[in-house]
Amino acid sequence: MQTTFPRLLLKHASERPQAPAMREKEYGIWQTIHWAEMAQMVEHMACGLHQAGLTRGEHLVVIGSNRPRLYATMLAAQSLGAIPIPLYQDAVAAECVFPLNNAEVRFAVVEDQEQVDKMLEIREQCPQIAHIFFDDPRGLRKYDEPGLASIEELLASGAVFAKQHPDFYVGEVEKANTHDVGAMFFTSGTTGNPKGVVHTHYSLINRAEAGAKFDHLTSEEDVLAYLPPAWIGQNIFSYAQWLYCGYVVNCPESAATVTIDLKEVGPTYYFAPPRVFEGLLTSVMIRMEDAGALKRKMFHYFMDVARTYGPTKMDGKSIGLGGGLLYALGNLFVYGPLRNTLGMSRVRVAYTAGEAIGPDLFSFYRSIGVNLKQLYGSTETAVFVCLQPDHEARADTVGVPCAGVEIKVADNGEILVKSPGLLKGYYKNDAATAEVLTADGWYHTSDAGFFDAHGHLKIIDRVKDVGRIKGGPNDGAMFAPKYVENKLKFFPHIKEVVAYGDQREKVCVMINIDFDAVGNWAERRNLPYAGYTDLAQKPEVYGLIKECVEKVNADLAEDDLLAGSQVSRFLVLHKELDADDGELTRTNKVRRGFIAEKYDALIVALYGGATEQFIETQVKFEDGRTGSVSATLKLSDAKTFTPVGKAA
Amino acid sequence: MSKKIGDVILDVKNISLRFGGVKALTDISFNVREHEVRAIIGPNGAGKSSMLNCINGVYTPSEGSITFRGQTFDHMDSRQVAEMGIARTFQNLALFKGMSVIDNIMTGRNLRIKSNLFMQALRIGPAQREEEEHREFVEHIIDFLEIQAHRKTPVGQLPYGLQKRVDLGRALAMEPQVLLLDEPMAGMNVEEKQDMCRFILDVNEEFGTTIVLIEHDMGVVMDISDRVVVLDYGKKIGDGAPDEVRNNEEVIRAYLGTSH
Repeated sequence: MQTTFPRLLLKHASERPQAPAMREKEYGIWQTIHWAEMAQMVEHMACGLHQAGLTRGEHLVVIGSNRPRLYATMLAAQSLGAIPIPLYQDAVAAECVFPLNNAEVRFAVVEDQEQVDKMLEIREQCPQIAHIFFDDPRGLRKYDEPGLASIEELLASGAVFAKQHPDFYVGEVEKANTHDVGAMFFTSGTTGNPKGVVHTHYSLINRAEAGAKFDHLTSEEDVLAYLPPAWIGQNIFSYAQWLYCGYVVNCPESAATVTIDLKEVGPTYYFAPPRVFEGLLTSVMIRMEDAGALKRKMFHYFMDVARTYGPTKMDGKSIGLGGGLLYALGNLFVYGPLRNTLGMSRVRVAYTAGEAIGPDLFSFYRSIGVNLKQLYGSTETAVFVCLQPDHEARADTVGVPCAGVEIKVADNGEILVKSPGLLKGYYKNDAATAEVLTADGWYHTSDAGFFDAHGHLKIIDRVKDVGRIKGGPNDGAMFAPKYVENKLKFFPHIKEVVAYGDQREKVCVMINIDFDAVGNWAERRNLPYAGYTDLAQKPEVYGLIKECVEKVNADLAEDDLLAGSQVSRFLVLHKELDADDGELTRTNKVRRGFIAEKYDALIVALYGGATEQFIETQVKFEDGRTGSVSATLKLSDAKTFTPVGKAA
Repeated sequence: MSKKIGDVILDVKNISLRFGGVKALTDISFNVREHEVRAIIGPNGAGKSSMLNCINGVYTPSEGSITFRGQTFDHMDSRQVAEMGIARTFQNLALFKGMSVIDNIMTGRNLRIKSNLFMQALRIGPAQREEEEHREFVEHIIDFLEIQAHRKTPVGQLPYGLQKRVDLGRALAMEPQVLLLDEPMAGMNVEEKQDMCRFILDVNEEFGTTIVLIEHDMGVVMDISDRVVVLDYGKKIGDGAPDEVRNNEEVIRAYLGTSH
């Protein structure tokens, strides 16, 4: 297979020039870009970049949300043999410094003024940045910086060049080999500097193909691209698979309009991390509470029906005549309209990945007829490692190995993977590469897990995070922080959790409430509050959270292995953990170690048995300014249960 | 690179306004240059809104004249004012609460719609094409003000800060040469104020619209205006660049009070 991304583009452009490639909502109307137009735009852009001095093997960063011209930029760079690096558009300027310097980036193609400002801010630290091109000229009229120009100008100069050298573009595309480096992704990393994950055209296209064949994707799919393109998940779904399958990628108007756009587009292939599914469900539930009595009754009745029959039906098994009839009625009155409101009427395949998904959440979508499944993979594996087949989706597994993948569970429980989609290495970081990619060809995922009786992979936690309780009644018990955190996060009122317990005698957690859900809960109880901090410290809210913690404890007590991980004490944080403050990664994973240092006083108080603790923390606002938040937090005990195994 | 401030476009001369025995404005004169941001400030009851209402044609001044682009009037007619390209926003938001954001902004296009009511109702003749053109213009404003997510939301359901933005959008729909803003930042939180400042400056810079604004918040005014007029008890007590005005003894006295 000698395919590269630009070749796939040219193939679609010549075979089906008038078929839609992308749509972008602008001025309230979905504007279509056909494959032929796309190919021409890419050609002009490539010529423009060539004139500007972009050379083979050089890196170029793309920063912005899902915009057709930014996707075209990635193709244009690849056409010239350069390597596009998508960076997170919500990263603060300082976070861009490392990737830009690490990859010696001279070219930045960015979305708008916000991103241009970031590039200009760090120009002194990254003096090699020679060219900054922007898509949206708004607010940039007065800017007079060297090397700053619009994509519009780039395309115009490229068009002139293309006319003078009609064979240049195709010649450049022909030079590429499928095993050339195709793209680089920086992993957010919970510690240290981010690492550049190097992928070839081959590794990405091979995985795109494996995923597409597994779910029988065609050129007829519609996809909504709304997650950061810097995340490999979004990049596979709206770039690699887009070019492999030739389906339509739809770009929403703005981040605020995604739910409206989702409904208008009605994607057939949908991908989202659990938090998006959760957000959608929460908004439905809140609106349902406000609906009339009849509607509410009907909703709850048929949701009970869905819970009873839905999952069985989705597994492709018979639910009997009575069940079938009830479910059909429910579909007519509730599930159908609900899927429509969620924008999922046409969804044929939906995936969730990146984090564990709550069993209730997972079965909710499946029970109303959305074919939601899970997959397992990471940046280093170009996503597709395990996938759940259509009728075998479970909330607690991540599916079976897909085509080309070989999996082995190491003695310490770590999952090892062999796949054509593995990274080539970390950029300029042989030590890190050697750590994960051993000479025998296995990639070490650092996830701990095992295969269940049906051959499905089950993930427990990160290998390095699995710890031991030390001292106290549970001495030596296994402690899986993420497992505990996830169990708590499955409650709609809890947004984020950080659990501690390794090398300590008991487990304590810090909790972030979900402001929307708890705020709504408080309003229904006529509980006045003055904002996030105030709400978080209400005794009633502590009561609510305590119930959740104790339910989790009861649940954990039933599991022999993890009964020692029950939560003894907890507190509710006064501020939301935020990526801007370094407490979460850009993909919203908690940075346990960093948080432990920052909130050391709280941890001491949790383990010391205090009932109150004052804390002051610095916060960073989105515009880069800083401020501080302070509060006196309450600390609360939670009931733990005797392990079921021991009692018997 | 900074914008070019042009010649005087609006010249207010010796305006006085009386309501019976109450003198709201006494002998006020000031001018507005093309492309500038001109602020009128003053304590409560200083006569700021009255001044705007005189320019706008809502009030008829008892004395004085107003010259706009070389034409001098002793009183302004509000429809004529609109036709000449002067638009305004309101302190207390005069939006149609039950109508969507699009429809509210569309009303700003009213003066520019040529087809008659009959044609519009039946969508015959040029009516449909015309509506599409106007809708496109309105979409540009929606994009400019970043309210795409609220296009079809009834205005009454929007938070106050966004309603203010819609109010601005409707004024912009008139493609005004001069925009009169009556306390655009009143009742907003810090973040909303910053947004509004940015939009005002963007309107001024991107479209070259001349802006006359009334504002309470001294900080905001000093940051975004080119020149400031200060009123107190219906009299002009200061006029000039923000720095001059800030150091003006009388202005300090009016704002901070005096010790007797």
